[in-house]
Formats: sequence, structure tokens, C-alpha cells
Amino acid sequence: MFRYIVRRLLQGVLTFFGATLIVFALMFAGGGDPIQALAGEKPVTPQQRAALTEQFHLNAGFFQRYLYFLKDLFTGNLTTYTGRSVFDSIGDALVLTGKIALIALLFAMIVGVSFGIIAALRRGGVFDNTTLVLTLVVIGIPSIVLAPLAQYLFAIKWKIFPVIYTPDQPWTSLILPGLVLGSLSLATAMRLTRASFGDNLRADYVRTATSKGLKQGRVIGVHVLRNSLIPIVTFLGVELGNLMGGAIITESVFNVPGVGFKLYKAIGLDDGPTVVSIVSLLVVIYIVANLIVDVLYAVLDPRIRYE
Amino acid sequence: MQVRKLAAFAALPVVAALALSACGGKGGDSASSSNGVVRIGIAEPQFLTPADTNETSGSQVLAALFAPLVDYDENNKPYEVQAESITTTDNKTWTIKIKDGWTFHNGEKVTSDSYINAWNAAAYKGSSQNAYFFSQIEGYDAVAPADAKATPTAKTLSGLKKVDDTSFTVTLTAPFSDFKTMLGYTAFYPLPAAAFDSDGAVKKDFAEAPIGDGPFKMDGTWQHDAEISVTRYDAYKGTAPHISGADFKIYQQPSAEYADLLAGNDDVMKQIPTENLTTADGDLGDRFLQSPASTFQFLSFPTYDKSFANVDVRRAISMAIDRQQIVDQVFKGSQKAAYSFVSPVVAGYRDNTCGANCEYKPADAKTLYQQAGGPAKLTISYNADGGHKDWVDATCNQLKANLGVECVGQPEAKFADLLTKVQKKESVGVFRMAWVMDYPSMEDYLGPLYTTKGSSNYYGYSNPDFDKLVQDGREAKTSDEAIAKWQQAEDILAKDMPVMPLRFGQNSYGISTKVKNVEIDLYNRVNLTKIEYVG
Repeated sequence: MFRYIVRRLLQGVLTFFGATLIVFALMFAGGGDPIQALAGEKPVTPQQRAALTEQFHLNAGFFQRYLYFLKDLFTGNLTTYTGRSVFDSIGDALVLTGKIALIALLFAMIVGVSFGIIAALRRGGVFDNTTLVLTLVVIGIPSIVLAPLAQYLFAIKWKIFPVIYTPDQPWTSLILPGLVLGSLSLATAMRLTRASFGDNLRADYVRTATSKGLKQGRVIGVHVLRNSLIPIVTFLGVELGNLMGGAIITESVFNVPGVGFKLYKAIGLDDGPTVVSIVSLLVVIYIVANLIVDVLYAVLDPRIRYE
Repeated sequence: MQVRKLAAFAALPVVAALALSACGGKGGDSASSSNGVVRIGIAEPQFLTPADTNETSGSQVLAALFAPLVDYDENNKPYEVQAESITTTDNKTWTIKIKDGWTFHNGEKVTSDSYINAWNAAAYKGSSQNAYFFSQIEGYDAVAPADAKATPTAKTLSGLKKVDDTSFTVTLTAPFSDFKTMLGYTAFYPLPAAAFDSDGAVKKDFAEAPIGDGPFKMDGTWQHDAEISVTRYDAYKGTAPHISGADFKIYQQPSAEYADLLAGNDDVMKQIPTENLTTADGDLGDRFLQSPASTFQFLSFPTYDKSFANVDVRRAISMAIDRQQIVDQVFKGSQKAAYSFVSPVVAGYRDNTCGANCEYKPADAKTLYQQAGGPAKLTISYNADGGHKDWVDATCNQLKANLGVECVGQPEAKFADLLTKVQKKESVGVFRMAWVMDYPSMEDYLGPLYTTKGSSNYYGYSNPDFDKLVQDGREAKTSDEAIAKWQQAEDILAKDMPVMPLRFGQNSYGISTKVKNVEIDLYNRVNLTKIEYVG
């Protein structure tokens, strides 16, 4: 197992470099004019252009610029075109997005899985049908509608949650965005649990367990649940990556300066260093999340062995 | 063992969910203002140094931290703030006397060196965003050679000379009658000695907590993407503000700020986005306010495109646009229809200088267009990231209906992409442009936008008579004489129609019940000495 993890991590390092190279190449090929983007619609004088070009090596060749990027990345000198350290900027964003993703994932995991189990146990019942309709509605509503709606109802009208993220309330003001984000994964997690749980409920080994006199709770909680978790763990692992990088809309509605929003803004400014750094970071998160998922497979199903 | 943990994990769901939502219960309306601190919404500033700040969020913060040499009165004429007097005999050499006894927030005295060093640093190599403000001062060529590759032959502007601790002279390369007006801009703030490193450049981390000489000082440092707090500076010698401090809350999106304003967590929202304007009246009532702004929106005809070479084609297109209708329907009255080439906020502005050429006369326009042989297909290019699609499409529809031509809106991803195409003289059709002034003077519209060498004259308009009149105005003895020349110049534009004026901007802002006397100036900045906190 240990050797397997080390091997995967080493592969991860290669994937990381490959990904940065590809993203860097895409940013490079996309062209764009970061100097004009920085000035907005104001004219740029030749002197300004020359100074920034020299500072950020904008006229160097592709591989040279990639090497400069790697050098700055590893010496910690990577800055945005406005001169701010990319690491500071992304670090702040990562903490926020991490918190939201955690809330969302816990919400999806706890509520989604338990509701899925109840629905599977009472297949065709009132609870099953109600949640079926509700999850379909939630899956059907895009976050661009769901987020402002939740904000209006829960924060402006009923005043249960803070309206937007404020640094004074680092956790409470992130709950609503977390729940909004989580509700989308929750719906999928619940449908998945229900399906896989329902299949396993009818499996032979469950009948055997029941007929040999095991308590109902143990049959469901141990035998069925454990075997049903593999697709859900897979889904949640991938979802963690999505939550970290894809929350642009929810983050902007709730004014969270998180990773998704930083990425969106950096693309708008042709800010190559920031874009490549964020994407590379997301690649790392995906690699780690996938590794955790693979390790969890072995925990959940002893037949799976990694050598 | 692992198995048991998993089982327990499945059992605790609802309790945890309830606990989570319970923590949020109390969070609703904390962080309320106290002691007269107002909360003003801004976007994340790009920079917080006078030499680089040219967008409204950064200049709002700097306006709190710094005192300008001059500010503008209700007629947009300059009056002295930190300056004692600004005098000249020939409009070329200006003597600036500053008031004695003013101090920076770190206790340092404000002297003529504070200005000279700050300006020299801003001009050096011409690389700062606002360097071009110093290009009229003698010696700029040596400090910032036009050939960007060349090494500067001097570190300081030869046109800046210290007389004593409270006065210095500025020599310009050519007379400029409105130089005093220009001095109100962000670029001309002084900097304390503590701001510079040993080479005379501004320290890299200065922007994290700028030290100014203004009515407010930093409270802590710049909390990126979150907040910038300032508190009243008690040793400030100018007009003391009524409020004890301000929190500039940084919003990522205007819609988020609007929600926060409605919830009472924001006191001043400086610009309400167009999509919220339809409901703003109902949401805010008399807390929804408007004031003039300096923005000027127009469509320009590239001179390299021969289909617009005939002035009658340009006139006809302009006459086929119903500006008022677009203002009412697309912008919900948040902008004003423009019938002149300079903004109403500058001295010397006259209503309707465009005359018949901007009047909505669809029938005449069509006849004129056909006689002049205008192109059968028109294109309006715009940048897709600025929310221009709606009005461009509306304009195109009017042109289709009134001129009987085909018309399409052509989006480019960014303004930079549009400029690149124009600079390569590619076919873009008519393209959108906008101008925000740097200082309230007619010259700041006429010079950059329409003179042959104007910095934003991307469409290539060139008329020697016009250039001469603008230059004559710059060199005029008095500001009235200058305005007379510039008005003559504007009349030439009305004949030549290099661009067609469309709209003038307005600040459409919203305030909370906790503040009064909220004024937003031409630069979209809240006047922090007038605003009051009522709690």
C-alpha cells in the first residue's frame, strides 16, 4: 500500500509538470495583451509597455517564459501584473474556497447519503417520492438562479444567514454559500446512494445475513452500506475538485474572493502567472482527491489490493 | 473497526445538519456601524500608490488618505486645498506654495520635497500608470526617453525646482493655461520620505498601508479582497470630516454589493448596476440618488475605412439614432443622451454643439444616406466584457429600421482585442469608445480624443485647424480665452463628425438610512468631508 501511494505521488509530480506546461501553452497561444488589460480602456504609453514587457519577460520565447515561470514558482517570486504575490493572493482564496467546499461536501455527504438510504429502504414511499421530485428540481436549477434565490430568501427576507461573506464572520457567513454549493452535489449523491443501496438490498449476501439472524441495523449499516459506498466515494472525490475550482457563480453572488473568482478575474486580465498557478493547484487537488478515493476503495472493499 | 466508524458516520446525519444551520442563526445583522464609521463599497483596487492609481476604487481610498493641492468647487473650478497659492505669469513656469505645518500620518512634515520626490519617482522611466501626467514638465524626455529601450539620462525632472521648504516651481515644456486644474488628480499627491527606498523609488510594500497627508489614516493594512479601513487623522489641518472613519468594503460583484446594501450592511453603493436600476426606485425610494459623472460614450468612424470617408454617411448614421430612446429603455434613465463632444461637467460645455447632425431625423437620415452612397451593411464593434451588447444591438436595430441597411453588433472578447484590430487597420466598422476625464477641463476631452497625436485617437482623425485651436487654447493667457478657442475647436468637430456622441454618464448611487449628505464627485468618489453619519 505504501509503495503504491509513493508511486502515485511520483506520477502526480509528472502530471503536475505536464499540466502546467499545457496550461501555460494555452495561455501563451491565447495571446491577449495583459498590459492593455491592466490599463483598461486607457491608452498605454510605449514607456509603460516597455517597462512591463521587460519586468515580466513578455517578449521572450515560449520555453524561456515557461522557465521563468517555473523559476518564479519555485523561488516564491511569482507576482501578478499588479505586483502582488501570487502565493498570497491564492493562499487567501484557497482557505475560503476550502471552507466552502468542506461545508458543501459535509452537507452532501451527511444529508445526501442518509436521505438516500432512507429513500432506498422505503422505496416508493412518500419520502422517496418527495425527495425524488425535490432532487430533480435542484439538479434542474442552475446555480446562477439557485444562489441569488437562496440569498434573497434566507438572508435578505428571513435574515437567517449573513447576506454575503464578511471577514468578521469567517464561518457563519460561509454556511449559506456552502449549502447552496452542496445542494447541487447533494442531489446527485442522494440519487447515487439510493440506486446503489437499493441494488445491494436485494443482493444474495443480504438475504443470507438476514436469514442467519443478524439484526436489521447491522445488515444495513455494515453489510449494505459498506458495499454501496464505492460509487458514492468516487463521486464525492471528483466533486471535491469541482467544488474547489468551479464555484465561480456562487462565489461571486456571495462575494467570496475564492479560487473560482480569482481564476475568472485573472483570465479577464490575461494574468498568465495567476491562471497557470491556480490551474496547477487545482490539478494537485484532483490528484490528491483521486488518490484518497483509490485508497478508500481498498478500505471499503478488502478484495481490492494495490501492489 | 473501520466498519464501525462508517456505521456511526451514517447514523449522525440530521443532528449535524441541524447544528450547522443553528450556528448561522445569529449571524444576520452583526458588524453594524458605530462611532460614525461609514461603510463604502468599492472593488479591489489595482494599486494604492498615487503614481499608479487611475481607477475609481483606488482613487476613492487615496482621496481619504491624501490631501490634493487643489480640489474642485461646484462649478468644477479648482480651489486650493494643500496649496497656499498656485501662480504663474506666462502659463509656463508655475510657482506652487504649500501651506505650512501640515504633516503626514507618520508625523513627517509636508514640504516641497514631498511633492518633488513623489513626482520624480512617478515620472521615472515613464513606466508608472500615471507617468504621462508629468510629460508636460521640462526634462521628462531625459527621465523617460520616448525610445523605451534607451536608458534615462536623468533621474529627476529638470523642470521641478525647490525654492524653500514650502514652495517650488514647475516649468512646463509649453504654456498650459489649465495646469492648475490638472493638479487635482491622484498622480500629484505628495509622498513622505518614509515611502521611498534608497534609490528614490517607492517601496514595494508602501501600497499595503499608504502614509498620506489627508483627513484619514490607514487603520491596519490593506485586507486584499476584503476591506480597507481608515480612521480620522486628528492632526489634519484642512476641513475636518464629520465621520470618525470609513470602512471601504471590497465587493467582487456589484450584484453582491446591492444585496448587501438592501440588507443594511453597506452605507454607500457608488454605482448601481443597470440590471438593478429597474427595481432601485422601489427598493430604495429617496435613498436612490444621481449625480453627474464625466463619462462620455461615443461611436467612432475609423478613418482608414473608406466607406465612412464621406461626411454625409457619418452624419446620416448619427441622425438615424434615437439616443433618448436607448437611454430610457436600455439604461433606464441612468445615463444622459449626448449632443456635444465634451462632457457637461467641464467649464465651457455648451448644449447641443452637434446640432442637426445629432438630431433624430430618420427620414432625412435615410435620404442623405442613400444620396451619399453609404455601405449596405454596417458593423458596430464592441468589447464583450463591458456589458455593451444591449445598447449596441438596440442601436443596430434603429439603424436597420431607419436606414434600411443590414447592421450587426460585432463583439470582441476584450477592449484590448478591439484596439489591436483597429491598430492593424482591420475592418471593424463603427466601434465603441468611452472616455473618463482625468481633470475637469475641455482640453482633457479635446486633446486626447480628437487631436492628431491624441493618446486615445484610435480612429485617426486629423484636422490641422482643430489641432491649432486646441494648442492655442492651451497657451492662452486666461482660462476664458482658452475656453473660447476650445469652443471654436468643438465647432469644427460638429462639422467633421469624426465620432458620434451617444451618452454622458451619471453616478447612480444608493445609500443606507445611516448616512446623509452623500455627494459623489465627477470621479465617482464619495466626498468624505461632507458625508455625515446619523446612526
